[in-house]
Amino acid sequence: MKKAFILGLVLLVTGSLLFAGGGKEEPAAPAAQPAVEKVSLEFWSWRTEDVAVYDELIAIFEAANPDIDVTFTAYKNTEYNTVLSAAINGGSPPDIIHLRAYGGLEQYAQPGYLMPLDDKVPELAGFSDGAIKGVTSIADGVQYGVPFASQTLVIYYNKAVYADLGLTVPVTWAEFIDNLEQMKDAGIIPLANGGKDGWTLEVLQGVICPNYYGANDFFTELVAGDTDFTDERYRTSLEKLLELRPYMPDNFMGVAYADTQMMFVNEMAGHFIGGSWEAGYFSAQNPDLSFDVFAGPVESAGQPQYVSSFVDGSFGMSAATAHPDQATRFLRFLASTEAGQFLADNLRQKSDVPGVEFTDPFLEKVGELNAHSTPYIMLVGFRYEQPTGSSLIQSTLQGMLADTIDSAEVVRQVQEGVATWYKPFQD
Amino acid sequence: MNQRTLNRSLWISFFILPGLLIVIVFIVTPLFLSMFNSMFAWQGIARREYVGFENFVKIFSRYPYKDRFLNAFGHNVQWFVTTMVVQNSIGLLFGYLIYKRIAGAELYQRVFFIPVLFSIVAVGFLWGLYLNPNLGIINHLLHDIGLHSWARSWLGDEKLATPSIIAVNMWRWVGFPTLVFYAGYNTVPQDAVEAAYLDGVGEWTLFWKIMVPLIVPAITIITVLTLIGSLNVFEQVYTMAGLEGGPYFSTDTLSTLFYRTAFGAVDSGIPEVGIGSAIGVVIYVLTFGASAVSVLGLRSREVEL
Repeated sequence: MKKAFILGLVLLVTGSLLFAGGGKEEPAAPAAQPAVEKVSLEFWSWRTEDVAVYDELIAIFEAANPDIDVTFTAYKNTEYNTVLSAAINGGSPPDIIHLRAYGGLEQYAQPGYLMPLDDKVPELAGFSDGAIKGVTSIADGVQYGVPFASQTLVIYYNKAVYADLGLTVPVTWAEFIDNLEQMKDAGIIPLANGGKDGWTLEVLQGVICPNYYGANDFFTELVAGDTDFTDERYRTSLEKLLELRPYMPDNFMGVAYADTQMMFVNEMAGHFIGGSWEAGYFSAQNPDLSFDVFAGPVESAGQPQYVSSFVDGSFGMSAATAHPDQATRFLRFLASTEAGQFLADNLRQKSDVPGVEFTDPFLEKVGELNAHSTPYIMLVGFRYEQPTGSSLIQSTLQGMLADTIDSAEVVRQVQEGVATWYKPFQD
Repeated sequence: MNQRTLNRSLWISFFILPGLLIVIVFIVTPLFLSMFNSMFAWQGIARREYVGFENFVKIFSRYPYKDRFLNAFGHNVQWFVTTMVVQNSIGLLFGYLIYKRIAGAELYQRVFFIPVLFSIVAVGFLWGLYLNPNLGIINHLLHDIGLHSWARSWLGDEKLATPSIIAVNMWRWVGFPTLVFYAGYNTVPQDAVEAAYLDGVGEWTLFWKIMVPLIVPAITIITVLTLIGSLNVFEQVYTMAGLEGGPYFSTDTLSTLFYRTAFGAVDSGIPEVGIGSAIGVVIYVLTFGASAVSVLGLRSREVEL
């Protein structure tokens, strides 16, 4: 008797331990089914800060589609990919997936985890070519997402400092350097940027270099394999970054991203080179900060001033969804001007949906700058396999700014790394 | 089997099973899974065809894997050598001073050990702030005592970044070898020490010829732990320098390389599960092999009284 009891206890403990590690418990099904069959759609995202806005948007959709129930779940930005991958591999992906763009889309599109949307969402035909590129797989040319926002890389400046010193918004490189010089003389850090976080250097390159490597012309030749990264146009454009070093904070190689934001927000620095996503944060941290943006400067006045831009992400559908028709209806709603306008107004993100009008003056300005836009070179063209162009340029630019290597070595390493997987470079 | 033995075995199983299950689920299974995964080609997160040892060959022969791997491994070696020479020597000394009951020994014994109890992530984060080049306490302190020219961008300088992180880790961890060596010194029989004194042996000779040989078991433990710790160092680098092992790979270690390759860095990378798993397996083999060699090597030096 006692023996059986102990054996039972051991089994019980073992069993409970096994099941304690088991999967997420399924949410309980609604107790009573209403007369109309209601379909539930799971919608996953990494935008934890936007949950309230999405819930409101979903409420608008559900009011018009009473037979569909959409549940929005946001996971932490840095853990989202892991959670999503685990769910897909485990056979329980969400119906609607908030996807990243380009290479981030590719890793789900290529293995066949996503539903092609070309024939499902006719609204996609109205989107711009740039926006569509962010949701199209380079492997099969199929569109897998509805673009939700795009980002633009710009130079922020402190309007109050500009007014105090009597500066005007620069167009040419010489004017820009002159403004930086005058701020330095006035005892203000001219440029907040630093080099500790490699990705901020990739952004710096995205703002400054396109106007020196020949923006879209060079990009088109490069992705086609007609030229490569060792092209003199690209190498010399990188050297422009070295000219900015005297205007960065002391010990700039140890200055991290958060430090640079802090310096600009607290008006210790007059310029900040970064992405359009910063505006909301700047205003929230210091509502009194008066800032505006301009595009990367050009060599001589009259040349078009290009800005790098890219699709930030899109809304896609799982290939394994049990409710493709309902999911399609929701995606078509997200591709509508109504939803695009709602997200643009409430998230301060530049929506790609055609017909959206920006009421926010900052977004309006960013829209104007996009009159001359060029793809953010590494993300749009070369972030599909390892070593990605991004990982290569981020680290080598650190080496260049610290004078460990020169620009020729930077482009050599980038070219050699990307050529290990990028087919047009292998011929 | 009689009733008593059966009961005994059941009770033993009862206490061992939970721990064993945790080890199997979280250590043994992932180890074999990563060995399995390392033998396949991957497309994003989807496992594709079997490729044998191709991923391993890539790590050791193809640009940029080879360069990154050797660079990262070099930093692991730097971690081991520096930690052994500096941290563990200090530990050997501190332990001895406490053993010799210098003034305030009781206090030091506790103070040295306090940082060991701190969360590694909190220590990394705080020291990251202290080492901040323009706002951090370290450069401000140097400035205040007139050593302005000594101020550096500690974590942003390729030559100083790894040594800075190692120094922070020593600050956190030196109490551990101190305590282990202190316990080791205390196991040395008092009569052996007294006999040495009666023979007129000096303090220096006593330390090197009697104390050190008798605490070789403690030295073995610390060496093996330092070796394992140095080959697996991750959190310190992750919190203070980031996943990319920047600037320009100057702080990269095998573990940051592994993590970045297997899971992809948010701002730059695409995961490569096959190569990542292969790096994981190599780390395991290195750790296991090096630990085995050092245990066997040091055991032969142990002295019995």
